[in-house]
Amino acid sequence: MQTATQIPTDVSFLEYRKYKGIFNWILSTDHKRIGLMYLYSMMTLFFVGVALGLAMKLELIAPGKTIMDAQDYNAVFTVHGVIMIFMIVIPGLPAVFGNFLLPIMIGAKDVAFPKLNLLSWYIYILGALLVIASVLFGNGTPDTGWTFYAPYSFKSGTNLLPAIFGAFVLGFSSILTGLNFIVTIHRMRAPGMTWLKMPLFPWSLYGTAWIQLLATPVVGITLLLIILERVFGIGVFDPALGGDPILYQHLFWIYSHPAVYVMILPAMGAISEIIPTFTQKHIFGYKAIIGSTLAIAFVGYFVWGHHMFTSGMSGTAQYTFSILTFLVAIPSAIKVFNWISTMYKGSISLQTPFYWAASFIFIFMIGGLSGLVLGALATDIYVHDTAFVVAHFHFIVFGGVGFSFFGAIHYWFPKIWGRMYDTKWANTGWLVFSIGFLALYSPMFYLGMQGMPRRYYDYLEEFHAANILSTLGSWVMTFGLVIIVINLVRSAKHGPKAEMNPWNGKTLEWTVPSPPPVENFEEIPVYGEKDGPYEY
Amino acid sequence: MSNEKHHIVPYRTYIFVLLALIVLTFISIAITHIELADYTVAGALILASVKTFLVLTFFMHLKFDKPYMRIMVGFVLAVFLAVIIITFLDYYYR
Amino acid sequence: MEQTMIHHDSHYDPEASKIGMWLFIFTELLLFGGLFIIYSVYRFMNPDAFHLAAKELDTTIGAINTIILLVSSMTVAMATSAIQNKNIKLTQILLGITVVLAIVFLVNKYFEWSAKFDHGIFPGSEHLINDMSKGEILFFGLYFVMTGLHALHIIIGMAFIIFVMVFVAKKKVHPERYALLENSGLYWHLVDVIWIFLFPLFYLIT
Ligand SMILES: [Cu+2]
Repeated sequence: MQTATQIPTDVSFLEYRKYKGIFNWILSTDHKRIGLMYLYSMMTLFFVGVALGLAMKLELIAPGKTIMDAQDYNAVFTVHGVIMIFMIVIPGLPAVFGNFLLPIMIGAKDVAFPKLNLLSWYIYILGALLVIASVLFGNGTPDTGWTFYAPYSFKSGTNLLPAIFGAFVLGFSSILTGLNFIVTIHRMRAPGMTWLKMPLFPWSLYGTAWIQLLATPVVGITLLLIILERVFGIGVFDPALGGDPILYQHLFWIYSHPAVYVMILPAMGAISEIIPTFTQKHIFGYKAIIGSTLAIAFVGYFVWGHHMFTSGMSGTAQYTFSILTFLVAIPSAIKVFNWISTMYKGSISLQTPFYWAASFIFIFMIGGLSGLVLGALATDIYVHDTAFVVAHFHFIVFGGVGFSFFGAIHYWFPKIWGRMYDTKWANTGWLVFSIGFLALYSPMFYLGMQGMPRRYYDYLEEFHAANILSTLGSWVMTFGLVIIVINLVRSAKHGPKAEMNPWNGKTLEWTVPSPPPVENFEEIPVYGEKDGPYEY
Repeated sequence: MSNEKHHIVPYRTYIFVLLALIVLTFISIAITHIELADYTVAGALILASVKTFLVLTFFMHLKFDKPYMRIMVGFVLAVFLAVIIITFLDYYYR
Repeated sequence: MEQTMIHHDSHYDPEASKIGMWLFIFTELLLFGGLFIIYSVYRFMNPDAFHLAAKELDTTIGAINTIILLVSSMTVAMATSAIQNKNIKLTQILLGITVVLAIVFLVNKYFEWSAKFDHGIFPGSEHLINDMSKGEILFFGLYFVMTGLHALHIIIGMAFIIFVMVFVAKKKVHPERYALLENSGLYWHLVDVIWIFLFPLFYLIT
């Protein structure tokens, strides 16, 4: 069509200017710029979420009211949850690293629908603004928790409409990203790159995209019904009008459990890229990892009921969901075994991304194994809705996704910005962050088993000591975060120039200059018979 | 890659499919007017599924598309069915 | 070198846009799928009330609308064959008929809904809340949501087809490049498929 404009192949995407100033970003359909736009907007929102988290921990440093009362605490944990779940961890790896790397890793010049890709970012921003509007305007910040459970979500007098609509809109952005990725992977792989020669990060994005596509609409319609319920009183989830609030929980978790895999699958995919590079070895069990990715995506679709064991579901449903939940543990464990086996007899080079990847495995194991406690019927009754649950999902969602995210950003940093960061500070940041993380969330396992409920701004005197440790941990972790971010931001501007392939990686992104040119490849690479993603 | 052959469906195929769909509609109206108790719902749903199958295969060209398209559609419908069945494990046994 | 790059840019991949459309259709299916789950659960919990409430709906209007949609589905499908046969005029006529049928469907729907409103049946109405059982309230709640959302899709599909007609007139959609037309057809068939299920569930199973 409009191919008259010649796109230079020797200018990096960061230097290439088509428009003036900021329009180079917000009008760009370059997947790499869009990925970075997601990164920058997400980081901004992330700091809001972190600040709210710190506020909660500060409130819990002592029993009784410390800095806020109960209603404010409810609002804070709601907004913290909505921001962190819908705006950070769900789009996190797919939208940032997926956008940036998927086309390069499969040898394409862009995603299949670049304009749609840009549109997804705008929809994302719109959703984020709607949620923020619900905080700034109207009568009272939403206080339902991020789950918007019926019937409270249409009885609460707070300003819920924009928040729920915002979550609905964010879902749309997620769907379009997923759609784009599936078509890209189906149609745009480099010649000769068969399905079983595709690297594991794109594979994980493929599994993720299917979940985004098939699960998100269900929560979309559910949230829409809550909006209609609030506005017109249609009665679908209102017990006073014959509705069943538990059905809301079913529909909500039909999406929101698979959403956990939207978060964790690409995280696992990034780990599967980092480990072979830093052990300089072919990944162990390439096909097993693909199989487990698809199995997790598939089985993960049918386990949603484990969030509802105490809601009054039928016994049959409870057993079934419990068994299915245990099944998901198998493919997850397969991945862990494969990562460890890849390290065995490899020439491990202890660099920052490897530290993050290794600690990811450790943190993810704690999170995963504590998940079994919650997936088993008898033990779940005991710790349901306690701090134990909060600890568990922060180990998975923040530990799993966060550690992988930071690993990924340290791994691909030289590729993205064409510069190197300061390794010493990066390692220090990792160490401080990890110590803080463990100090923050580990005490919550104990607190939950002692019976401290979640979502209260107050607690009994007997829980005091562990809560102090947890709050101190939150400070240490934030300190670590500050070190990491300052180091990266500074290095993106002033770091020493990075080579094309500083880690001796074998996937395609390391065959293009750092930072990559606008259309990634001067010549589309061709995969031969013997080529593969991890040939060391 | 872009030179995939496209099958041109003759107009009369569409007319036959439409006639079949209309006949099925009338059958389903007729069936639900007879009292078959529990079987009414099943009958109406089976007829609707047959109609959907016709629309998917002919109007939506699945018959002429590559097999993986059919696999995807089948997969999505299967996932949806499984979700309904699992939801009913709760409601049916409550 | 420049040569290959240009080739890649101008690369038109109808298969990709078709997959994209199908994937979007999947999300639409699951959007309505959520509503079908709700419908089946509540029907299971309130069989008698649903039975009673369904009698309020007019089977004839429902049947007429079903036929209208089926015919419009055929015409839009034929439009794809027409453009493949390089018959632009017939393509436009067939698409035009589809749009007209869509409008007739919406007019019918309008009269159907207003009749319900006149009887005092609408979400949150006093008649509904005071005189009817909980099952009936649910039935009508779902009736308005599902047929309403479906009508919204009719409007979107119609706009899509009109958009395609403009493109055909501007020769941006032509016998060598008609993926957009095919996609508008796919979307329209989706709307049809959803109605194929809505019709028996609301109008027939009494
Ligand atoms: Cu879950």
